[in-house]
Amino acid sequence: MSIGSASLSNIGRSDGVLNADALRADARRQALGLLALLSPGLFLVFAVIIVPIGWLFWLSLFDETGQLSLANYARFFEQASYIKTFATTFKVAFVVTGTCVLFGYPLAYMLAQLPRRAASVCLIFVILPFWTSVLVRTYAWLVILQRKGLINNWLIDLGLIGQPLPLANNFAGVVIGMTHIMLPFLVLPLYASMKTIDVDCLRAGMNLGASPAATFRQIFFPLSLPGLASGVVIVFVLCLGFFVTPALMGGGKVIMWAMRMEQATSLYSNWGAGAALGVVLLAVTLALLGLFQWLLGARATGVWSQR
Amino acid sequence: MTTAAGAARRGALLRPAINDPELKEMLLSLAPSVLPIGIHGIEKRFGALSILSDLSLDVAAGEFLTLLGPSGSGKTTLLMILAGFVRANAGSIKVGGEEIITMPPHKRNIGMVFQNYALFPHMNVFHNIAFPLKQRRVSAAEMAERVERALDLVQLKDLGERRVDQLSGGQRQRVALARAIVFEPRIVLMDEPLSALDKGLREHMQIELRNLHRRLGMTTVYVTHDQREAITMSDRIAVMNAGRIEQIDQPEALYARPQTKFVAGFIGESNFIPVECRNGSVWYADRKLRMNDPAPSAGRHLMVVRPEKLRLLAHADQAGINALPATVGDVIYQGDSFICYATLRDGRQVTLRDYCRSDVLAKLPAPGEPITLGIDAQDVVLVADQ
Repeated sequence: MSIGSASLSNIGRSDGVLNADALRADARRQALGLLALLSPGLFLVFAVIIVPIGWLFWLSLFDETGQLSLANYARFFEQASYIKTFATTFKVAFVVTGTCVLFGYPLAYMLAQLPRRAASVCLIFVILPFWTSVLVRTYAWLVILQRKGLINNWLIDLGLIGQPLPLANNFAGVVIGMTHIMLPFLVLPLYASMKTIDVDCLRAGMNLGASPAATFRQIFFPLSLPGLASGVVIVFVLCLGFFVTPALMGGGKVIMWAMRMEQATSLYSNWGAGAALGVVLLAVTLALLGLFQWLLGARATGVWSQR
Repeated sequence: MTTAAGAARRGALLRPAINDPELKEMLLSLAPSVLPIGIHGIEKRFGALSILSDLSLDVAAGEFLTLLGPSGSGKTTLLMILAGFVRANAGSIKVGGEEIITMPPHKRNIGMVFQNYALFPHMNVFHNIAFPLKQRRVSAAEMAERVERALDLVQLKDLGERRVDQLSGGQRQRVALARAIVFEPRIVLMDEPLSALDKGLREHMQIELRNLHRRLGMTTVYVTHDQREAITMSDRIAVMNAGRIEQIDQPEALYARPQTKFVAGFIGESNFIPVECRNGSVWYADRKLRMNDPAPSAGRHLMVVRPEKLRLLAHADQAGINALPATVGDVIYQGDSFICYATLRDGRQVTLRDYCRSDVLAKLPAPGEPITLGIDAQDVVLVADQ
């Protein structure tokens, strides 16, 4: 008995240090090995994200004469046109996101309710525009919407209107064109999240006495919110930096942030001003993402929230 | 004997013996009005495929009836038709005499426990259970009180504020149950509610569900493919196969007196021994079988013998026992019991099971040894050989 306990405590003492250094060294080796495996990815992130953004930030700190200054940022507060562009950009982004939700939610809902085969056929029609260039699609909209375009001609031929409606080369044209291009970005995540809603949950709702409308309102809609939030964020952020469609459909009347950047760099060769615009757009976008996350709660969205 | 046990069980069910007056009051306030269900001539086809054909079934008020069958036998479809999620092609469903076959699900007032519980993930436990009360515009105070009582009943007191994803499988099961009975539904349906739980918890919940049913006395239709679960919990079991009810009976009767080959094969293990009926008696090879049931007039039949009803006989001729000579193939020791595979004279394999009592263990047969298998006359059950 006494021998047994003595040898046990002996083992206990030697156990504390037995191979401890070798094991610690092994753990360190493994950590270094993993870091080595990660390094190509880390290098890529550094080369294509950190470096260009750092460079952009650096560029934005020089004025036209090459002097280090904050003139490019001061311009945002001094020039009214900058503030107006900023406001227009957000207005377009809000309205386009709103119309996308208006059209996209029912569309995604219909897709989610269809039998699998029919849904996959319809999904192709949602994705199909992705395979066509944005430029081509925008010109197509111009053809349809312009003063003597398809829609105005039809409406006049039908005698519904006397004068052509102003559909292109203005705010409405930008919204129509951008909504068409942005819709799949809203529909796809929304559809995916609607498909994960358990049919039994909806059945349970009805079984427990909720009418179909009440089941939709109290169960389906809240459960589709994470997908809706991802779609809204993607569309909104893409809208903020959108160039081609507003440039072509706005007819020079709707100046967005990205167009301002293009002017600054190619028209005035003022790289500092363009870079400053880019930095501000990036900062605003990040701030918005943070705001969205705070508003919706990390759990509800599931987009950024695998923390 | 079996009938008496069944009657006693049903008697206990209709008259729950509760002495604590406070508990009694609580249960009475939760107890739904107990109604019978009459199902008649239900037909369900998907295209050319017939799922249910001319199915009729009466569930007594307060009865715990189980639909038991393999997957694809139509038991879940029948439950979905009862709940109103699937529309039948023909038939009638009456709850307490009222026809509900065309009633939309949200007006049927039927509680249902789903296989995966179908709890609402965006609501906490309290709001899940309060959901049916909210739809019925119950006042906030009454709602809180009734949810509290339901939580109490399923032993989840103080868990009302938990999120659904913070619950264990067993707790979710209980929340689903509380939600299905809190609004005092006319009947309760359960679709394999225990299949997602592990074995120990499943057996515990079987007993708990059965006790809860006895206390509340609601008419319950329960779907499972687990025969042991069905036998443990049910007042009666309807064995379904290919869209029909093969047999509906109390568990004891179903096990001891299966009426078809399917029922005998699906519930428990069975040895099937072909026998011949002629001149008003039953013959196996050249032996006339002793049996208590009247012999069928003619035709090919199978004798159903449960492995535990077979006995090892010390000597061949005993009154009231049929003796079949056989040869031992293999003996498998399983701790509490042993299984003996034996070959009859006609080459047919049969299985015998017995508990490992010391006297039995001392005389375990060895492989290759000739033995005599005994079947009591009262255990001889014949089914038609289709």
